[in-house]
Amino acid sequence: MTADANRPPVLRLESVRKTFGDSVVLRDVDLAVPAHTVTVLIGASGSGKSTLLRCANLLEEIDDGAIFLDGDEITDPRVDPDSVRRRIGVVFQAYNLFPHMTVLDNITLAPRRVHKTARKEAEERARELLARLGLKEKAAEYPDRLSGGQQQRVAIVRALAGQPKLLLLDEITAALDPELVGEVLNVVRDLKEQGMTMVIATHEMGFAREVADQVCFLDGGVVLERGTPKQVFGAPQQERTQQFLRRIVEAGRL
Amino acid sequence: MTVPDLSDEDMYRPSARRIERERHKRTRARRATAIATISTVVTAAVLFLVVTGSPGWPATKKAFFSAHYARMALPKVIDGLWLNIRLMVICGAIILVLGMLIAVTRTLRGPVFFPLRALATAYVDFFRGLPLIICLLMVVFGVPALRLQGVTVNPVILGGTALVLTYSAYVAEVFRAGIETVHPSQRAAARSLGLSGPQTMRFVVLPQAVRRVVPPLLNDLVSLQKDTGLVSIGGAVDAVHAADIIVGKYFNYTPYVVAGLVFVALTIPMTRFTDWITARMYRRQSQGGTV
Repeated sequence: MTADANRPPVLRLESVRKTFGDSVVLRDVDLAVPAHTVTVLIGASGSGKSTLLRCANLLEEIDDGAIFLDGDEITDPRVDPDSVRRRIGVVFQAYNLFPHMTVLDNITLAPRRVHKTARKEAEERARELLARLGLKEKAAEYPDRLSGGQQQRVAIVRALAGQPKLLLLDEITAALDPELVGEVLNVVRDLKEQGMTMVIATHEMGFAREVADQVCFLDGGVVLERGTPKQVFGAPQQERTQQFLRRIVEAGRL
Repeated sequence: MTVPDLSDEDMYRPSARRIERERHKRTRARRATAIATISTVVTAAVLFLVVTGSPGWPATKKAFFSAHYARMALPKVIDGLWLNIRLMVICGAIILVLGMLIAVTRTLRGPVFFPLRALATAYVDFFRGLPLIICLLMVVFGVPALRLQGVTVNPVILGGTALVLTYSAYVAEVFRAGIETVHPSQRAAARSLGLSGPQTMRFVVLPQAVRRVVPPLLNDLVSLQKDTGLVSIGGAVDAVHAADIIVGKYFNYTPYVVAGLVFVALTIPMTRFTDWITARMYRRQSQGGTV
């Protein structure tokens, strides 16, 4: 990390505010995600984790504040959102694979149509990624014929195929059973090994503790507490954080 | 949603950044509107000049756009239109019900239903392929020729029957397409709750299917509305026939234009209404998002 000290963070949020109608979902949120680090967002459902990720990918328009990617403001209305999204990979909770395309076509769609890679090259790279994630034989299958864990790994491959600088993972294991959770989280661990910059919203506290460089606890649209996993999980300062973690422990999830 | 500890809502003031951003968006919206307006005006002006500047315009104007004949034709056309509207509403209702029944029949599974399924398939194959005009001629002139006791010879009822026969085959296919787009997981979820096959169809599959096919259904209904004019071949006086009579008498085509415009005017409110319904449905069922 020290080598990157002078570089701007890959993702930075500055006083971001987002409302839906009357309810304020994010208020005055600041966040910096340095290159090759993993930031984990924790917090109850509805605390604004997903909205934060959707805002970072410009799927939602923020009301106030600014978001920077590699030091450039992306929330400026003059910026072309497609060019921003090209640099960011997103994995959704419900996979969101295209059911009418094979696994291979799902993965090569963006490289071919957006990044204008030749079909052969795109498919080669897709197969290589699939093999790395243990899905080599599934290239010709349709998504609905795969298990949830396999689908989610395909979704990760699809997000990686565009060679993004930043990966946003939105509760990607929430729809999976514990056995399948393992296979997906292993993939994320490997990505961290390889130095991928990631922002992860999750309820898997054990995983968060292990993989995070920075943990942010969101509550009522505010980053209430942030720090290393050791600080946040070991010695939380805020009462709300303590409460949240206590409930998690009671539920047997830490 | 958790309630924040302190209400800082009263303290929120838009930042200079937000104000600047909104100003930029307003400017952009104004520019887009200006470009759209100018291009529309220019296109309209060019069209107007090309049409009115054409060598045959004075004669065409007299033959197709005469105010005198328009005034004369309008009341008669409107009178005739009442028949079209009644036919459209009554046939439309029957077609929707019949089409739905045929579609559901075609999706029934199991060998028990084979005869029904085959019948429904044959019906759709036959009446979708048969040209409407031939169907109309067969029913309107063929049925009275049989001289059956107690069977009507009223051209409006017979014409309406022919419309129902043809259009229910089209509409059945639209419904069936809708039924097939409902993901199998929905059926699985419903059956897992203990709903029976017909209940699953009624409460889970059909409501989703129908919503998805509202635009193509409307397409068929508008098409039906125009084809109600074809019952005039049996002698019924509808809007088109009423216009026809005046055209034949004075050799002026303005009544056709009037009848055409009246039909257009009739479909526009219906289209806006379905647009509104679909938009409201979409708003209710999905979360917001800019893409």
